[in-house]
Amino acid sequence: MGAMGTVRTRRAVSAALLAGALIALAGCGSDDDKDDKKVGGATPPVNANTSAPAAGAKELKGTVNVFAAASLTETFSALGKQFEAAHPGVTVKFNYLGSSALAASINQGAPADVFASADEKNMKLVTDAKNADGTPTAFAKNTLQIAVAPGNPKNIKSLADLKQDGLKVAQCAPQVPCGAAAKTALDAAGVKFTPSTLEQDVKAALTKLTLGEVDAALVYRTDVKAAGAKAVGVDFPESAQAVNTYPIVPLAKAPNGDAAKAFVAFVLSEPGRTALTAAGFQAP
Amino acid sequence: MIEPPRVPGRRERSVRLRPTRLRPARTRADRSRRGGAPLALLVPGLIGLVFLVLPLLGLLIRAPWSDLGSQLGSTEVREALKLSLFTATVATGIVLVLGVPLAWLLARTEFPGRRLVRALVTLPLVLPPVVGGVALLLVLGRKGIVGEWLDDTFGYTLPFTTTGVIVAEAFVAMPFLVISVEGALRAADPRYEEAAATLGASRWTAFRRVTLPLIAPGVAAGAVLAWARALGEFGATITFAGNFPGKTQTMPLAVYLALETDPEAAIVLSLVLLAVSVLILAGLRERWMTTS
Repeated sequence: MGAMGTVRTRRAVSAALLAGALIALAGCGSDDDKDDKKVGGATPPVNANTSAPAAGAKELKGTVNVFAAASLTETFSALGKQFEAAHPGVTVKFNYLGSSALAASINQGAPADVFASADEKNMKLVTDAKNADGTPTAFAKNTLQIAVAPGNPKNIKSLADLKQDGLKVAQCAPQVPCGAAAKTALDAAGVKFTPSTLEQDVKAALTKLTLGEVDAALVYRTDVKAAGAKAVGVDFPESAQAVNTYPIVPLAKAPNGDAAKAFVAFVLSEPGRTALTAAGFQAP
Repeated sequence: MIEPPRVPGRRERSVRLRPTRLRPARTRADRSRRGGAPLALLVPGLIGLVFLVLPLLGLLIRAPWSDLGSQLGSTEVREALKLSLFTATVATGIVLVLGVPLAWLLARTEFPGRRLVRALVTLPLVLPPVVGGVALLLVLGRKGIVGEWLDDTFGYTLPFTTTGVIVAEAFVAMPFLVISVEGALRAADPRYEEAAATLGASRWTAFRRVTLPLIAPGVAAGAVLAWARALGEFGATITFAGNFPGKTQTMPLAVYLALETDPEAAIVLSLVLLAVSVLILAGLRERWMTTS
């Protein structure tokens, strides 16, 4: 029995090892964590369509899943709270990522109600796939700044200063709107340099700066503003040639279509405009 | 029911002298003795199988086989593959050099807090890799506890470098090797080492000449596991080393990014990783079952 027991234990251990190895082989995608946290697997999107038409009223219910560009994080989170206060039955959940990642997941069938993109190119991916409900509406404009550490220790004054030897710069990946804008601006300035990293969204690029890992990051002016005392922005003239327009649209396959339309209307309304302007966005 | 199921293994292979026509008869007898699998086990078991295999089949079905060649030949794929193979191999080297001695310490010596150390060693195994990346950043980053000193003294920083990728991979892969080697050490008979000692061998000589050959299969299995883990590393790498093609953009990062713009490229990259994983499993299957 004792011998049998050891054999069993040993088998169990090797089975556990095997299982662990297989989990590891699967790569343990970190992006899932991010999605889970923000879209929330705990409370699945409630299908309000089943109850709302029966009631016949404008009473909104359930969860609205808003897929929004990372640069909208602070503004939309605040707007979400106001929207929830105005509609007590509704919970707004946000998924903030690079617009390209959001567009890709919407086109692959993610249960989103609203899409707010940081540029028209990624919105077009969604409208071309016939996943938008109606025509997107532009609700904001944004431009780039060079984010640097407080006090600007490397004395960066222009895009050309980013070429300094040994200077570490974080930029967004070219498919993300902030990366596309950065490329446009750098081309306009005729400046070429090799960034240290091409980040997945604008907040990731900014984080590399606030952690002190890079000396500069090409991000939106709204992100610099949202970073508060942790970063200062350096303006550069070429940013005028790389202005991003932000469109928003309710989605065709929205599990909660009524609330989706209401949220879009709210972003386009006066409180929405006020919040966006306060965050440093320009009117479309 | 009491008799354990026959697993085709080495022992059976060595008695191949038996006339082969007897084999089918024996398996049929086995099956009838065991009876059919109960539905309560068969149905969930089959669903489980489909669940595991279907996504992989999907990858094969949707693969752009016609332009597989041109996709594989693209600079981005080639760069990512080259970088992945290089970093995973170097990381495995580091893991071997540091991990085998660590496993030996855990298995062959007694010291206070050994259990705690063992738990700490296996921590990266269960830790979400992104957390590992954040931790590495806080210690080895430019403003990190050790990283700041590195930067001040040598003007060297780890993040955003290929070395950074290797560090991240070694960090997440080392526990796999340590656990595998420690298991092999515990299974190996210490009396061989004692015999070596009575013959005048020092502990180091005994380790080198007796223990190491004994546990070689365990070390090999652990190394392959660690290599595979390093190859698939995503979270710690993207957090600690960033993402730049040819420098820090490994295969998993390239897959993730390609999915947004070029899903076909993502499928091709995934296929390559799948093929590597299958090769590793096939190569390991036997070792695994017999050593750990």
